[in-house]
Amino acid sequence: MQDNLKSSSYQQLEQKSKYTNMFLRWFLYFVLILFASYFIFPLYVMVVTSLKTMEEIRQGTLLSWPSGLNFESWAVAWGGRGYGAGDTFLKPYFWNSIKMVVPAVFFSTFIGAMTGYVLTKWRFKGDSWVFLFLLFGCFIPFQAILLPMARTLGALGISNSIVGLVLVHTVYGIPFTTLFFRNYYVSVPTELVKAARIDGAGFFKIFFKILLPISAPIIVVTVIWQFTQIWNDFLFGSTFSFGEAAPIQVALNNMVLSSTSVKEYNVDMASAIIAGVPTLIVYVLAGKYFIRGLTSGAVKG
Amino acid sequence: MKTLKIEDLSKNFGSTEVLKKINLEIDEGNFLVLLGPSGCGKSTLLNIIAGLETINEGNVFIDDYNVSKVEPKDRNIAMVFQSYALYPSMNVRENMIFGLKQAKTSKEKIEQQLEKVSKFLQVDQLLERKPSQLSGGQRQRVAIGRALVREPRIFLFDEPLSNLDAKLRVEMRREIKKLHQQLKTTVVYVTHDQTEAMSLGTRIAIMNHGVIQQNDTPENIYNKPSNTFVADFIGSPSMNLIKGSLKESSGEISFTASGSNFEIPVKGYEFKDKSNLNNKEVFFGIRPEHIYFKKSNESDFEVTLRADLSEYIGHEQIMTFDYANQEVLAKFPSTIKIELAKETKLYFDLTQISLFDAQTEERI
Repeated sequence: MQDNLKSSSYQQLEQKSKYTNMFLRWFLYFVLILFASYFIFPLYVMVVTSLKTMEEIRQGTLLSWPSGLNFESWAVAWGGRGYGAGDTFLKPYFWNSIKMVVPAVFFSTFIGAMTGYVLTKWRFKGDSWVFLFLLFGCFIPFQAILLPMARTLGALGISNSIVGLVLVHTVYGIPFTTLFFRNYYVSVPTELVKAARIDGAGFFKIFFKILLPISAPIIVVTVIWQFTQIWNDFLFGSTFSFGEAAPIQVALNNMVLSSTSVKEYNVDMASAIIAGVPTLIVYVLAGKYFIRGLTSGAVKG
Repeated sequence: MKTLKIEDLSKNFGSTEVLKKINLEIDEGNFLVLLGPSGCGKSTLLNIIAGLETINEGNVFIDDYNVSKVEPKDRNIAMVFQSYALYPSMNVRENMIFGLKQAKTSKEKIEQQLEKVSKFLQVDQLLERKPSQLSGGQRQRVAIGRALVREPRIFLFDEPLSNLDAKLRVEMRREIKKLHQQLKTTVVYVTHDQTEAMSLGTRIAIMNHGVIQQNDTPENIYNKPSNTFVADFIGSPSMNLIKGSLKESSGEISFTASGSNFEIPVKGYEFKDKSNLNNKEVFFGIRPEHIYFKKSNESDFEVTLRADLSEYIGHEQIMTFDYANQEVLAKFPSTIKIELAKETKLYFDLTQISLFDAQTEERI
């Protein structure tokens, strides 16, 4: 009797917890979908708008589906309409950006790896001060260094050039890349370096043969970070370059803001997507390493 | 010719003195263990021998050649680390021959050495594996192998067994011992584990606060500790140090614990200096395993103590007794039954005692 009572009440409780769980699960999905749509919404608007003709944009609503896959505005955004002056299109500036990003990412990552290596494995007197000052670099608002940097670039004779932008981005990337690599190398046992020294490897050999081969996760993190920063930068690009040497973000701005006639929303949207695609690609290709690299660090011997 | 000689070596990090005027010599083929609590400077000393740390004062000689300013790779040493320090991106083969390749050894010689050593350490099946695919014991073997292929004059071991679990540690300890017996190379081995030190070393140097407290054979370290630190550090549980004073009357010397009038004759003790012993404040040292439950020798001396505490640990039990308000620990087989809070007859083995000056804490 007692047992029966007990088991039936347990059944009731079990039933109840089942309903509660089910409700919570549905609620969870509801919230997730809500937030996901909130974030995907702007992208949706951009994509559909870029596929519409101007006629459709004027007549339809923001959310309405395009009548067909019309890539004309993408072609215009990328290659222009083909008439002479005043026609701004992204193609040359896209290559400008590539020519700026690739060396800037490479140099800042490489130098960051080197400094991180020295700061952790070849400690010297005052190294923590060096690191502290490097960290300051992460917190300096970039507006504060525009004028001195402009003077410096002028003195070096590389103002309004891609080389100048590479230099600026490399220099201001080093604090971040150093921070990344230092924190990664701190967790690599120093005994590795000692063992290599006894084995007769020198400063560079240890770096290239022992440490770099195990740095893949943090290299990916740094490359993604630097690529995004430099590709998306507008401040340095607009300050230190103009006209033909400008990177894509500056060109995008000029395109969207300086059109004198009717606002071509479809071309604007297509341009904006084109300007954003490379970072998206980098994330998709290396994204899974990004989280892994940020959280991991320890290399098990 | 000494294989390794260290002369008046001092080292400080900033204002902290890590090593103070260390003098040390090792003969060919010896296994020297540097033993001490953490922070005593033993690892720093090893790093200095390896050339990984600079010296503030003093010199290091290997085969009578002053290597104080010689690069680690040119000192003819090899080192095995606590974390194994295998290069993670290289497989076992590349790990083992990395040093030889740096030294521009000929291909045939490298292959020959690799084959010999990997067979010897039974890692020849693992040559293509990455360190991450090896177990702890295998990693340790490879790390030793990497040291062996270089055929160094001196092997340096920096707590090589601390990362292994208890069972594997005992196995690897035996393997290192065998290795040393077969190869008869000179070894300097750092550890904080006294069992490791005792079982491996042909000589043990006990360090504390950057000073070598005693450098002797394991037997002497255990039986004749040169000061209270060594006496206390070696043995588990450590040596009982009973505070009291000596009394000399008509040539007979006896010990009286403070707060009691009970006299223990110490006439059989080998004093370094027999003068001025009367009324000297001393520590009377006796190991827990030298206190017996039954009289077995003529020299065993009977005392009556009250049992306060019993700790059962399987094959034996550790009993705590009260001796004039000082704790005295004794180790008995666990088969013996002793009632707590009762006076019990015990026997001190007076051939095994040590006496220390209470002021200087040095053996007298």
